[in-house]
Amino acid sequence: MTTNVPVIDTHAHHAPEAGGTNYLNNRSGFWSWAGTLDHKRIGLMYLVGVSIAFLCGGLFALLVRLHLWEPKGMLFDNAQYNQIFTLHGAFMVFLFVIPAIPGSLGNMVLPLMLGAKDVALPRLNLLSFYLWLTGAVLATLAIVLGGFDTGWTFYTPYSLYTQQAVVTIGLAIFVLGFSSIFTGLNFIVTVHKLRAPGLTWFRMPLFVWALYATSLLQVLATPVLGITVLLVAFERLYHIGIFDPRLGGDPVLFEHFFWFYSHPAVYIMVLPAFGIISELVSVHSRKPLFGYKLIAFSSLAIAIISFLVWGHHMFTSGQSTYAMFAFSFLTFFVAIPTAIKEFSWVATIWKGSIALNSPMLYTLAFLIIFAIGGLTGVILGALNVDIHLHDTYFVVAHFHYVMMGSIALAFFAGLHHWWPKMFGVMYDEFLAKIACAIIFIGFNATFLPQFIMGSRGMPRRYATYVPDYAPYHAASTVGVIILTVGIGMMVFYLVASLFQGKKAMQNQWGGVTLDWLCPTPPPLENFDVPPKVVHEVYDYSTLDYQSMQTPVR
Amino acid sequence: MSHDGHHSVVIPAPGPEFVPHTVAHHFDTPVQEFQSAKLGFWLFLATEILLFGGLFAAYFYYHEVYPETFRLGGQQLDWKLGAINTTVLLLSSWTMAMGVRSAQTSQKQKTLMFCGLTVVGALAFMVIKFFEYKAKHEHGFVVFSELFAPYDQATGSLAWFKDYDGVMAGVPHGHLFFAIYLTMTAIHGLHVIIGAGLILWIMVGAAKGRFHNGYFLPVDLVGLYWHLVDLIWIFLFPLLYLVP
Repeated sequence: MTTNVPVIDTHAHHAPEAGGTNYLNNRSGFWSWAGTLDHKRIGLMYLVGVSIAFLCGGLFALLVRLHLWEPKGMLFDNAQYNQIFTLHGAFMVFLFVIPAIPGSLGNMVLPLMLGAKDVALPRLNLLSFYLWLTGAVLATLAIVLGGFDTGWTFYTPYSLYTQQAVVTIGLAIFVLGFSSIFTGLNFIVTVHKLRAPGLTWFRMPLFVWALYATSLLQVLATPVLGITVLLVAFERLYHIGIFDPRLGGDPVLFEHFFWFYSHPAVYIMVLPAFGIISELVSVHSRKPLFGYKLIAFSSLAIAIISFLVWGHHMFTSGQSTYAMFAFSFLTFFVAIPTAIKEFSWVATIWKGSIALNSPMLYTLAFLIIFAIGGLTGVILGALNVDIHLHDTYFVVAHFHYVMMGSIALAFFAGLHHWWPKMFGVMYDEFLAKIACAIIFIGFNATFLPQFIMGSRGMPRRYATYVPDYAPYHAASTVGVIILTVGIGMMVFYLVASLFQGKKAMQNQWGGVTLDWLCPTPPPLENFDVPPKVVHEVYDYSTLDYQSMQTPVR
Repeated sequence: MSHDGHHSVVIPAPGPEFVPHTVAHHFDTPVQEFQSAKLGFWLFLATEILLFGGLFAAYFYYHEVYPETFRLGGQQLDWKLGAINTTVLLLSSWTMAMGVRSAQTSQKQKTLMFCGLTVVGALAFMVIKFFEYKAKHEHGFVVFSELFAPYDQATGSLAWFKDYDGVMAGVPHGHLFFAIYLTMTAIHGLHVIIGAGLILWIMVGAAKGRFHNGYFLPVDLVGLYWHLVDLIWIFLFPLLYLVP
């Protein structure tokens, strides 16, 4: 079999035209950003937005952990504690984890990887961003209006009775849902209709495949969340009775509705992270991906199976025993395509020419953390075990290993990988490696103890605990402080690089997908000459070493 | 926005009463633009179906749990008015289809006329709906003036459900049928109003000559939207008015 290599038949693709401008400096002024239709500028606005949301969510997490330093609680009364952990969950899930990778890196990179000038529907793309912003404003407004204390899951009947701003945050989630739907819709159309000549489906980079599978989920799952939060709002406003047991309604129906969206949503969050890791293991090992088609199809398989496992969130809520068997089996089943990915990544690195730079370090951290996060998910999928572990810190640790340890770290990995592409500057690699190590240590110190105390019965969402759990909580709180230091460091050197970073190279890491073959940073329409793809994907024999040593203009 | 020296593709107007269409800068061909928008719109329609899917799921669930409530509740609806409304919407779907066809064949006056008739159909639907709601209000099935009144925890009685004649007294949670009826038809009615607004917007564009045999994309998409609104009603009518 011939070597697989992706190459582009462009002429002098690395040299910007004389006097050429890039997307950052071709226009200036407030409206050139606020009214832009350029996918790269919209991606940057998303990046700023989701980063602020992440830092807010992180601050709430820090407050939660500091409060739990003492068994009786240190900072808040019980009602305030309920609000703080709800804010942490709602901000992280709806304002950061769901939109972060598709909105920022996806917007930035997807059209570049396809050799397109923009996404297919640029106005809709800008609308997505403004819907996100509206959702963020409404969520903040809900805090001002008295906050909300329902947990990010809004379980009825409590969410119907609590005297807080549930309708406002419900509206925020409805709006954020449509932001997510429109991003997904846009990406599906872009992948179908705007691929460069020669870019067949199986020449598409795996980040594109992952975003495509994500988009299918966004379009097909999110509307159900939309109607669910609308019904909760109606229930509060005029008491229709659908979810209210006092009026003949069934609160478990809410749980079905909610998880019918929110389990696929877990994959809306994690599939883009898988895509980033697929790119990065290949580029930084300079080796074609092992099992390219398997990874591509496993994304689609995950997307399909993820619609059939929602009941595993409700093993203790009251379902038929047979339904629980089915949900438990399917939950095991979804682990198969996921494991295919993990094995393929490791096999890609094996015997590769590994460059241990910061994006790769984040990737390796991901591979370790995701193995733990994924396998503990299989443990929770087992019916009898879950009865014991349900609503304990074991569950909390499991989904933080996936959401924070895997998705956020993959986001950081992608951010470090495409940072030189986006801005044409390099951050301080030494600080980046140190920060990565600190984040890795801090993360594990935070959440490993939670597995232990969870398996010993510590329930989630409690403001106080019996002193037996104190050592684990203390370790966890120390861990989050280490984590905060690492993330603070990362924010510092990334922002500093914008002001005094070294110039990046045209092709900083030696990528051979189209995103590295357009000028750095890209001009308004991305490519000086419309690209044509004539080689297979990830063919490093076509790598132009000159482009790795040519600084950006 | 700046095109950086690239030339945009322009579709010429078929006559002096029409205006040419410029293909958006990031598309290479008009076909690519047309297919992209069309695919995107079908995906959007899928999200609409899923949004209503949640409501239909709730309907079927409670129909199963409280069959007597739904049987008796459905008998309180006026199936004749519902049938008239179904006919009105079906006719308006036909006029909309004719409007799209007229735009595709560059018949400006006909486009305006058929779109206008469709808006008339939408208004007729809403007027009939108004009288249906009014009857529900008068019987105390949905007392609109009390809709947002606070729920009385102590007595557990709903301010908006009075059932003056006591017809639902013998079945459990009689309000539940009317809550689902109101929620489904109100969200559908909102779509009818949005659809009518979109068709008016199409008429403004048609009057300016924007739509002709070279470019009729927005007319096509609004047409699809209108057919979906019709289609959802075709499911609502038998489920709410006839099944019981």
